[in-house]
Amino acid sequence: MTTETVVRPHVQNFIDWAADKPEVVVLSADLTNSAEVGNWRDTYPDRFFSAGMAEQNMLSFAGGLAREGYQPWVHTFAVFIYRRPYDQLAMSIAYPNLPVRLIGFLPGITTPGGVTHQAIEDVAILRATPNMTVLETADATEVESVLDVAHGVDGPVYVRMLRGVMPRLFPREEPMRLDRVRVLSEGGDVTLFSAGILTEDAMRAVAALRAHDIHIRHVHVSTHKPFEDPEIVRSMGSATAGVVSAENHVITGGLGSALAEKIADHGLGQRLIRIGLRDTYVHGASRAYLARKYELDAAAIVRAVEELTGTRTGIDTEELEHVPLQAQGEVERADSL
Amino acid sequence: MTAPATDTAWVEGTEAVAAGIRRRVLKHVLDKGEGYMSQACSSAEWLAMLYTRVLRLAPVEAPLVAGEFPGVPGRDNPEYHTGAAVHGSPGPDYDRLIFSPAHYALSLYSVLIEVGRLDPAALDDYNRDGSTVEMIGAEHSPGFEVTSGSLAQALSQAAGIALGRKLKGERGKVWVVLSDGELEEGQTWEAVATASFLGLDNLRVVVDANGQQCDGLIDSVSSLEPMRERFISFGASCDEVDGHDLLALDEAMQRPSDRPHVVIARTDPVRGVPLLAERAPKIHTLRLGSDETERARYQAAYEAMLP
Repeated sequence: MTTETVVRPHVQNFIDWAADKPEVVVLSADLTNSAEVGNWRDTYPDRFFSAGMAEQNMLSFAGGLAREGYQPWVHTFAVFIYRRPYDQLAMSIAYPNLPVRLIGFLPGITTPGGVTHQAIEDVAILRATPNMTVLETADATEVESVLDVAHGVDGPVYVRMLRGVMPRLFPREEPMRLDRVRVLSEGGDVTLFSAGILTEDAMRAVAALRAHDIHIRHVHVSTHKPFEDPEIVRSMGSATAGVVSAENHVITGGLGSALAEKIADHGLGQRLIRIGLRDTYVHGASRAYLARKYELDAAAIVRAVEELTGTRTGIDTEELEHVPLQAQGEVERADSL
Repeated sequence: MTAPATDTAWVEGTEAVAAGIRRRVLKHVLDKGEGYMSQACSSAEWLAMLYTRVLRLAPVEAPLVAGEFPGVPGRDNPEYHTGAAVHGSPGPDYDRLIFSPAHYALSLYSVLIEVGRLDPAALDDYNRDGSTVEMIGAEHSPGFEVTSGSLAQALSQAAGIALGRKLKGERGKVWVVLSDGELEEGQTWEAVATASFLGLDNLRVVVDANGQQCDGLIDSVSSLEPMRERFISFGASCDEVDGHDLLALDEAMQRPSDRPHVVIARTDPVRGVPLLAERAPKIHTLRLGSDETERARYQAAYEAMLP
């Protein structure tokens, strides 16, 4: 059985979720349908506010609304939340620790909009921002359950949000939880961490490698900050050949860097290969093309594992594309025994 | 609610508060050797108007004693509080004041002392390490409730507060103080356009148009005119008055409006301390150096201000 494909799960889910939460309001900067809140606006016109194409004002304005007891859910493209209005984000929202939810769509290479639309260093910047919680969604289950996670945080939250058609990689009954990784497979050779859209690629790579007798402990990350789940350090310590990270982001400051910090902090002495954008901007093209060109895909993960283990599996792109994917529940964690 | 034209008994008291602002700030400059003097010169009358005539604020039991810095806001700091306590308990019918030009802090602290909302000892803590009475005030500083030192963010935050208050049916207004220099920031105009679009008639703004900014005269740095027409074209109503004329300020500040209302107070940055003009256009801060003759002249000016 392959994974279920879900079409625009956020649209109706966010409407249903907000029905009994009158403090939830939405701000949009001229990307209402693009950020999948057009129906939300039509359902709750009294709680929807068009801020115009003016993100600096929108973020400070959201801070003001939050001070009055409202919970503004800013919906726009990820890149327009942190790059143009960073000072407003930091001083009007993050410094006063206000419960503003920054829902950033089309992270990294998921947009065809080119360099101006590609949020590639957002996790790095927002991870470095005090008081900020940073979340990333990888599938329909996380797009649905990230709402409760963000809602439960006493302070600002940034979400790398998926839109449109997406797989359901995780069972509905296993929602996203704050600062808790998902251990998706066990294996002692290499520990692989993935986040966002790279998790689907990682699942393909792990399955293909297993057929070649290489066993991967695959850990999915949906909370970039805080990053304190003890399973992170535990999972890295057990790998015999090293650690691989895979992220839809530059390799500076994001998931790979966070793991490097853990390796150093805990003296784990592991090799780490970071898959992601290597100090480069990207350009406008399809996600599939960009993933291959910039080596953000299952093949890149296989090559990294081969390098760490000193093997040549011969796994090629075609083999990876034909790996059957199954919705992946969590394997048992050490602390759940 | 415009007061009857004949009722001008309040003017004397407001004038006294304005004079007290200049006097306190000049005394501070003499004691500490430097301070934001020109801002007090330009702002004294409209600040006095706000606190004696315009703002509807809950009374305070006693002047607030400025505390130590409570730490930055965060999940681990439940004790954090803003500097709005000097404005009394908030309530649906009370006004709020969002103060943008944080480098006017010395003038703001001074008016709060003059009207009995802040303990005079606060100025002893001005710019002292560990104190909330910061030189560039932040939201923990007396009289502040947002962090506005990165200019032009306060108006947007105030607009968000104004929308929140409207949604809750509160009748109090949200007053915002802006300096003219920060009108150069594009965010100011985003905020005016949005406040107008959202019909925020509970948002009221005073602009201290003293023609000064850090580099010198505004006219030598950028272009802000015609200021009134700019506000009106962005959807606000706007009065432009002599910012030292209490009766003109009163009429403009109390004028009813069905949209965001802006009062441009055209002010003189050396009003009341004409000695400052000798340093023009570099009067953003007044630093008294080793020139004893100059210091003596400022000392004499201060003594002439004593009631």
